[in-house]
Amino acid sequence: MDTISASDITPEHLFRSRREFVRNTSALILGSFALAACGSIASQPAAGGATVAPGQTKGTADELGDALTSFDAVTGYNNYYEFTTTKEGVAELAQNFKTTPWTLEVGGMVNKPQKIAIEDLLKRYPQEERIYRHRCVEGWSMVIPWTGFALNKLLKDAEPTAQAKYVRFESVMRPSEMPGQSSPWYTWPYVEGLRLDEAMNDLALLVTGVYGKPALPQNGAPLRLAVPWKYGFKSIKAIVKIELVDTQPTSLWMAAAPNEYGFYANVNPDVPHPRWSQATERRIGELSRRKTLPFNGYAEQVAKLYDGMDLRANY
Amino acid sequence: MSATPLPETTAAARKARPRPALFGITLADWLRIAVHIGALIPLALLLWDGAHNHLTANPIQEITFRTGKTAIILLILSLLCTPLNILFGWKVVLPLRRPLGLYAFFYVCLHLLIFSVLDYGLDWGLIQQTIAEKRYVLVGFAAFLLLLPLALTSTKGWMRRLGKRWKQLHRLVYLAAFLAVVHFVWLVKSDIREPLLYGAALAVLLLLRLAPLRRAIVRVRSRPAR
Repeated sequence: MDTISASDITPEHLFRSRREFVRNTSALILGSFALAACGSIASQPAAGGATVAPGQTKGTADELGDALTSFDAVTGYNNYYEFTTTKEGVAELAQNFKTTPWTLEVGGMVNKPQKIAIEDLLKRYPQEERIYRHRCVEGWSMVIPWTGFALNKLLKDAEPTAQAKYVRFESVMRPSEMPGQSSPWYTWPYVEGLRLDEAMNDLALLVTGVYGKPALPQNGAPLRLAVPWKYGFKSIKAIVKIELVDTQPTSLWMAAAPNEYGFYANVNPDVPHPRWSQATERRIGELSRRKTLPFNGYAEQVAKLYDGMDLRANY
Repeated sequence: MSATPLPETTAAARKARPRPALFGITLADWLRIAVHIGALIPLALLLWDGAHNHLTANPIQEITFRTGKTAIILLILSLLCTPLNILFGWKVVLPLRRPLGLYAFFYVCLHLLIFSVLDYGLDWGLIQQTIAEKRYVLVGFAAFLLLLPLALTSTKGWMRRLGKRWKQLHRLVYLAAFLAVVHFVWLVKSDIREPLLYGAALAVLLLLRLAPLRRAIVRVRSRPAR
């Protein structure tokens, strides 16, 4: 066996400083171009070269003090598979998506089924701004100023019957305008669902605007959902139908990969995903990762909905 | 980086043939220049797009994707050289295996550095957890570990020192390329067409190396024309 003489051993301070040197230089080299890209995203044109300006927002940060994600990132980096799986490609492809006329159908197990034009919806329910964190299952997040109204107002007006247990949402099916809907990998149209008590929670927001202006097509105009304590894919876009049902709806993602996407999809750092880190996330515009909060930081408002449930089994 | 040169690719055989030249530069040199330029273009594009904010709103993810994809393409190109020689007798492409393999390894290193330094901030606890938790990270890391000794022993000196064992050692590239494709398949969300395309290409390139098939092709090819 070889013996190691004392002179062969690198003194600890040297060893540490070498490691630090390697760490710092490699970070510097790599970081130089990545940082350049992160720092000034706001200067990018939003969609297909057309510069769209944000409107006035009341707030500039969420209740935890985190600043709004840039308007250009919110309107230029979108997960919207109806158009394309390329996030930067959605805005341009969605430019000609027709958001008027638009009718929302509320039906199923309700006493007052209705068909409401989007203009009437805006008149009937006063719009308010809410700044929500949006955590994508892919491990990135944003802080977004939505405009909209509580879903529970609409549901109360429709009067769910005693049999109604779940709310089923359906997106528009329009392959002529949404090229992604021709993809055979998913069963279109997009479907999502909530348990009725989740849907009645005051955080569940029906969104009509973003950044102080009417929502752009790439953000799910003219009507989308925002359920900020759940992964982003639960917040269905371009809604045409809301149905009250008595069985748990199967969402598009549950059908596509049931072992990866569950019905609840609550943001949960303790339930790992085969691909993306759920313990940490990258806030768009930031370089380093941050810890993901249980229920995306909304535990106080929603944790009680899941009392006694095994959230590892009900992911 | 890949192995198994055919018997007729000895240095003597190569020297014996007249070399076509253009502007006084041989075809072999033209090809080498093309490889160097071609392999550096993705890096140049990365730096250019970085300087002009064209790396999406999630630049770390974007540069991770790009370096990974470049690495896998270069790795497959390095494995294309031997089949080209088998099929068409293009011995001139064989010396390209080394630069293509080394460039692939260069992008693998960039890919790993971006993942560990930029993305995970050298947080070893988090990196360990990720490697253990995510099967695609595990196989990706395994591919890197397989490629590391190949890159280190890619020099003429090591070829001489290892002799016959060099060829055996460098067959690890087949496994590394397979793991790289698995890494890609496991990380895409649902539409696995693109990674499967790489997988299919790799399968064809590996099949052509199988001794019986290779010999049959060479026999057919070297039959005199009627």
